[in-house]
Amino acid sequence: MSYDKRIDGRDFDELREMDASVGVIPRADGSAFFRMGGTSAYAAVYGPRQTYPKFLQNPAKGVLRCHYSMMPFSGAGDRVRPGPSRRAKEISMVTTNALLPVIDLKAFPNAIVDVFISLPQTDAGSRCAGICAAALALADAGIPMTDMVGAVAVGRVDDKIVMDLCYDEEAYKDGPVADIPVAMTHRTKEITLLQMDGEISKDMLAEALEKIKGAMDKIHEKQVSALKGKFEKVKAEEKPAKI
Amino acid sequence: MSEIKVKDKNIVVPGEELAEGMDFIPSGAAFRENEKIYANRIGLVQLEGRVVKVIPLAGKYNPERNDMVIGKVVDILMSGWRVDLLSSYDAVLNIRDAFDRYIKKGEDLTKFLQIGDWISAKITNVTSQKLVDLTTKGHNLGKLQPGRIMKISPYKVPRVIGKKGSMMKMIQRATDCKITVGQNGVIWISGHPEMEILAYDTIKKIDEEAHTSGLTERIKQMLEKETGKKLEDEGDQI
Amino acid sequence: MMVNDAGRTHFLKVLKEGFRYDRRKIDEYRELTIIKGCSKTAEGSAEVKLGKTHVMAGVKFGLEAPFPDTPDEGILMVNVEESPVASPEFEVGPPSIEAIELARVVDRGLRESKLVDLKELCVKEGEKVWFISIDIVTINDDGNLLDACGLAALAALQDAKFPKVVDGEVDYHETTNKGLELKKIPIPVTIYKYGDHLLIDPTHDEEIVADARLTVTTVSSGDICALQKAGEGRITTQDVEKMVELSLKKGEELRKVLEKTK
Repeated sequence: MSYDKRIDGRDFDELREMDASVGVIPRADGSAFFRMGGTSAYAAVYGPRQTYPKFLQNPAKGVLRCHYSMMPFSGAGDRVRPGPSRRAKEISMVTTNALLPVIDLKAFPNAIVDVFISLPQTDAGSRCAGICAAALALADAGIPMTDMVGAVAVGRVDDKIVMDLCYDEEAYKDGPVADIPVAMTHRTKEITLLQMDGEISKDMLAEALEKIKGAMDKIHEKQVSALKGKFEKVKAEEKPAKI
Repeated sequence: MSEIKVKDKNIVVPGEELAEGMDFIPSGAAFRENEKIYANRIGLVQLEGRVVKVIPLAGKYNPERNDMVIGKVVDILMSGWRVDLLSSYDAVLNIRDAFDRYIKKGEDLTKFLQIGDWISAKITNVTSQKLVDLTTKGHNLGKLQPGRIMKISPYKVPRVIGKKGSMMKMIQRATDCKITVGQNGVIWISGHPEMEILAYDTIKKIDEEAHTSGLTERIKQMLEKETGKKLEDEGDQI
Repeated sequence: MMVNDAGRTHFLKVLKEGFRYDRRKIDEYRELTIIKGCSKTAEGSAEVKLGKTHVMAGVKFGLEAPFPDTPDEGILMVNVEESPVASPEFEVGPPSIEAIELARVVDRGLRESKLVDLKELCVKEGEKVWFISIDIVTINDDGNLLDACGLAALAALQDAKFPKVVDGEVDYHETTNKGLELKKIPIPVTIYKYGDHLLIDPTHDEEIVADARLTVTTVSSGDICALQKAGEGRITTQDVEKMVELSLKKGEELRKVLEKTK
């Protein structure tokens, strides 16, 4: 079988439409919103700050803590029961590890940086959208970072390598599928998150990891434009009602 | 190759390349990695000869000795008070550094400072573990009367104060408010309620637009419009 | 709500002079924006921005067995998540008592107004009924979450469309054109008390120094369908009269805004 045309009509290398903005949660020290197609994520950063109990802190260097959560109405099917599922806990952990390599922990000893990620709707690639939003929120908060991080799921549907799988592609039944979420640093294109579900040959995997670099540059462009855009004139918003 | 890749007053983001070559010196929110210099925070580029500096536009207050700060008393300890500086680290005000009057051992500390009180204090020491010591002994330090408290980014404080205090003097003259600005970005305002709102809005505007040019003129116009007062230009003798 | 003496003293002085912490009157809401359909995975959704306070509500439909004591009635459930994205004071973990109170007050207004006839949600008596869950998630807390959550829940219910049912199972990929015919629009309005002063829609800085508050949920006929007094302070019976008057007036204004929202 051959996967000749993508279910949503995109080119094989084409990312879904992206949206990015920062400073969207005024109470937070830094925040961002990132959307990739039908998957969107809010991220809020609180910190560096003190936390209790104190033994969670490290006197030698700072601690980064990421927490991923789907809003109950954000799943493709049934309601998602609130509370940390095993999946959410694992995603929280790999998200933390995706961002740690670029954070300068020595800049905030004895303090903790909390990153909370909350998704209002998902259509595959949720941990990747979460990481893109989190990296933006950390930059918005002024946390010292040696580089920006982007993430997207590359995959394989049948005989083709596809970029940024949507839910329907993940669920493709007519041939082998591989879903590979990847996070990369921008400058050096080093991998900070790599997971895989499905089946793929080592050659296809190598090809996928090469192809992803171009996609990462596009994501980075969106992130930078959101960060710098905050300092340009505020754009017109939906006309509010006056009571 | 030896080259600066950005212009003065550019806004840069973490990981953005600023310069290449060993003759340049990174300063502020910039660092060197091999041959190149990069920014490590969102900030404003300031080029001075060979120094490539990034002034951060975001981030919490980094406590420094001799800074005057404003904080809130959050706990009463055996020998003093714990003070929240609305930054990453708490501070401690020891009894011996608090008042000129002698305080007996076991005396009720709430007579002097209660939980919820705001104080202006000076930082006397910061350890490598970021433990911060304060003193309220000194001119204009101590408990603040009830007033309006606001928080801005500590990196915008210089702009709010202005060259030789000119921006702050202009705001005070326009609003007739007493205003104390802490280096940690916490600001205390006291005056007529309507003028407190104007002072608050003005300072918030500076916080948001500190990186732009022509700000002083815009602020002056805004204050003149709201108060009907004619304000002297920055730099004039008062 | 923390009791913050210095902050309270100052705000009382400001109120006494006829002002508050921004340029609004004491009975004026902040800029209100309601956007429906903000979550494509929900069967109905809405986000509400009240000044800088921002919440999002989503409605999910499911087919479940009814409760044994009401075999011919559908089920309505309201849940509020005080997401830690919204405030440094919100923590990860099970709902705090404040989140539970928020959910129960919004729920009470919806349920007691009978805006949905639960019997119309029955599919097969004793076996299958529609289970409607309304989840409200906070995104930024700048005061007065309750009123924002109440509006978001209503707007999400107005936006909701039943999903298709295929062979007795819900097919979430297909929606019908059938919505919930809301019989009432119960609007919660919370009035806050500071000494002898009353005001509505406080920002966070104003909210943390309040003595007490009363939420009054009303419908367009003028009936009250829920009440909740909260906070550590006391309110007088005259306060209640004034608060109810104000809630009716502001509730009607908010109802008009909701009606105009597509």
